[in-house]
Amino acid sequence: MNLLLEIGSEEIPDWMIPGALDYLRSHFPNAQADGTSRRLTLRVTGLPEREADREELVQGPAITAPPQAVQGFARKQNVAVEALTQAHGKYTYTKQIPGRLTREILAETLPSIILKTPWPKTMYWTGKTGPRFIRPIRWIVALFNDEILPFEVAGVQSGNLSSGHRRLGLSSFPVTFNNYEAALRENGVILSAAAREKKIIDEIHVRIKPDPALMHTLVYLTEFPTVITGNFEPEYLKLPAEVLVTVMRYHQKYFSVEHHDGSLAPHFVAVMNTASDPDGLVQHGNERVLRARFNDARFFWDADQKRTLEQRLPDLANVTFQAKIGTYLEKTQRIEGFVAILDGSDHALRAARLCKVDLTTELVKEFTELQGVIGGLYALAQGEHQEVATAIYDHYKPVSMEDTIPRTLAGQLLSIADKFDTLLGCFNAGLIPTSSKDPFALRRAAQGIVKIAVEAKLRIPVRAFAEKNLPLREFMRERIRYYFKDLRGFAYDEVNAVLATGWTELVDVEARLLAIQAVRPTADFEPLAAAFKRISNILKQAAHVPGAALSAALLEPGPETALYIAFEQTRHKVKQLPYQEALAEVATLRPAVDLFFDKVMVNVPDAALRANRLALLHALLTEFSTIADFSEIVTNS
Amino acid sequence: MDYFQDIIFKLKRYWADRGCIIQEPLDLEVGAGTMCPETFLRVLGDKPYRVAYVQPSRRPADGRYGENPNRLYKHAQLQVILKPSPADVIEQYLGSLEAIGIDLSKHDIKLEEDNWEAPTLGAWGVGWQVMLDGLEITQFTYFQQCGGIDLELVPAEITYGLERLTAFLQGKDSVYDIEWTDGVTYGDVRFKDELQYSVYNFELADISILWKLFEIHETEAQRLLFLYRGLKTNKQRFPLLPTYDQVLKCSNIFNTLDARGAISVTERVGVIARVRKLAVGVAEAWVDQTANSVPASSILSRDREGAVAEGTVQ
Repeated sequence: MNLLLEIGSEEIPDWMIPGALDYLRSHFPNAQADGTSRRLTLRVTGLPEREADREELVQGPAITAPPQAVQGFARKQNVAVEALTQAHGKYTYTKQIPGRLTREILAETLPSIILKTPWPKTMYWTGKTGPRFIRPIRWIVALFNDEILPFEVAGVQSGNLSSGHRRLGLSSFPVTFNNYEAALRENGVILSAAAREKKIIDEIHVRIKPDPALMHTLVYLTEFPTVITGNFEPEYLKLPAEVLVTVMRYHQKYFSVEHHDGSLAPHFVAVMNTASDPDGLVQHGNERVLRARFNDARFFWDADQKRTLEQRLPDLANVTFQAKIGTYLEKTQRIEGFVAILDGSDHALRAARLCKVDLTTELVKEFTELQGVIGGLYALAQGEHQEVATAIYDHYKPVSMEDTIPRTLAGQLLSIADKFDTLLGCFNAGLIPTSSKDPFALRRAAQGIVKIAVEAKLRIPVRAFAEKNLPLREFMRERIRYYFKDLRGFAYDEVNAVLATGWTELVDVEARLLAIQAVRPTADFEPLAAAFKRISNILKQAAHVPGAALSAALLEPGPETALYIAFEQTRHKVKQLPYQEALAEVATLRPAVDLFFDKVMVNVPDAALRANRLALLHALLTEFSTIADFSEIVTNS
Repeated sequence: MDYFQDIIFKLKRYWADRGCIIQEPLDLEVGAGTMCPETFLRVLGDKPYRVAYVQPSRRPADGRYGENPNRLYKHAQLQVILKPSPADVIEQYLGSLEAIGIDLSKHDIKLEEDNWEAPTLGAWGVGWQVMLDGLEITQFTYFQQCGGIDLELVPAEITYGLERLTAFLQGKDSVYDIEWTDGVTYGDVRFKDELQYSVYNFELADISILWKLFEIHETEAQRLLFLYRGLKTNKQRFPLLPTYDQVLKCSNIFNTLDARGAISVTERVGVIARVRKLAVGVAEAWVDQTANSVPASSILSRDREGAVAEGTVQ
């Protein structure tokens, strides 16, 4: 038995469609889900006609109960007393429950499955108390073995009538499970996203700048994609490629076309949602729009050159960074101070002074996604040093965890200074992100700092900058943990162990993590970690206050002295070693530690002896916890 | 080829044939057709309504002294409100494009997600920008909230950018070259506005006088809202529409101050909140007034006691 469900909607935002399809698919074992801008379709095969029959054991009165009670029980089950059975001292009756018809279950559950689709933003359209969906539902096909499953959602009655492409197909035509995809195809709809993507790729005959995200958008923005190639006047190539690509990519959803050397060619590739452009009107129209957009950009570029970035700097007093924190001019001054603290070069300082000025330019007001980039381009055009321009250009990087970090040291320091200033400003003003709300993208800022510091191997005292603000310190620590655990794939307990010892410099955190990761598989490591945890617990229970020096004279011969000697030897060796070898060396302590715990009682009545043993353990723990806090390592033992 | 004014005539005719009242523009400065009472107030409540009108929309900051071929201080919107929105609203809209001579079998139409929000009006909705061969020609919105109030009936708002649409149809690269009617260009009719208002808004508007005006209109709106809130009876004759005029005045003065660069960073959010408070106040009062009103027909047949009090309503 099979099921065909098609939810016909007004145009669904392209980026939401795959998630909705995953949700629908998750309700059935053998389901295929497909979607276009106007429909979500679920096709399920191998459904049973009905649920399996079930038996239910109903317990009745005790065997010793009076006959009236037994008769009453039998009557209630609608059977004779003879049909009852006995088990565990009670009358019982095995009830046969026939399985429900699948079609009934589906007709009952599909409406709520449809309406519970998790959308990022929903609307109502039938009235204030009406159902919510991403856009109005306009038709529903629901067929079980080609018989209509009758139900209603938002005033729409399910049926067997689908609807084609708005201009290439009929607005209403009957479908069956088997002919569904072909019927759609006849009505101008390519159901499969993969097939739409293939059609687009097959029709592109020029070299485009690869852009998977744009491709995805175009695949779900259309029901029948068709590629057209257009041209623009080569004179626009004088504008920076970044501006041209942004206009094409973000404003027009076009692929840019490039030469073999990667430079832009004066063409673009657009994807229509229709079959053809018989008179060339679509190509002509798109070319016209692009020309107007490029003209705007050129107009802004020229207008912006009338004053240099330096001359525009005071204008930043009129641009708010955040109402509670102040203007971008103030932010700029703080960033400059920060870059100075970080020992930035003169070029880095100059970049800090100019980095936010592009916010006052027409071009950035028009193409906000190009902030920083425009500043860098203007700096270069106005004769600033290449180093300065590159630092400005890169200073918003990394904009995501997949993005690269700034290319130069000046850019890296500037980016860190800018992000730290944002974090400090927001946290000090009480604008602290919650799990669901982070309007100033502070997580991204903090993670950007971590990524830059680690990947550029910058020796920056990250912790010191966050020291004065406890929530910020915790926030940074969380981001560092996230970076190493979720993005770099280190085990959570290793990350905890390393961070527990400190995180002043992130390069150092990384080095210690790599060391632990390397040593962990060796035989002695985990048992030793368990022993350290035990030491830590003993010290805690004894409420040991460090202070009293370890007295060699009080050591008993045997395991205690042996541990002391091993400790002293290892301590001296370890000091000279890199982390990984040091850890391997510490791990060799294991037999001595084990023997100690095996043979020596710590909690002895003699106070001096006890104190000395605790001091030994304490020395051991602190001496070897500078790389990681081993008691954080989760062991099996 | 249709002239600018022909396109307007045809669109009005098209929507009139689909049950719309054809209204004339509001005679006050507004930034968008949405701000007119014909939209902002009419979408409230549970009474179906259909209206279409051209609204000259002023955006002081968008002025370019008539030098930029695509940007205008004042542009014309054709605003259509269908409340509640019919099930075939998109097909109806596409039909309007056919009505002005766009053969959709030869063009590419896409509906791209674009949600709308107007913080000064406490209003938002979801919808699309309609792209014709890569050009945004219409904003289509299903209103969800207006004046901070969840709407009873969800209206579809269709807003055509008339200059853009006409430039497209006439194949003009500059809006100033649009042929308004035979022998008269858009530039002939409108260039002076663009130049002079840009000069005023960017250079000559007196900031302290604008602030005074803002406060005068704000005070008047506040005074009226205060009076309305004190009313126990006889609410329907209260002048909420003139109160709303005061709000629109504030909004336009705010936009002018903004274009003039006179709104400091810290002030901006606060001023938007002040306008919003007034707009929300009027919307709430309007809903209350509508709920406490009786239709005009039943006023006439009411007993004498009621009729005396409400006698001036007709």
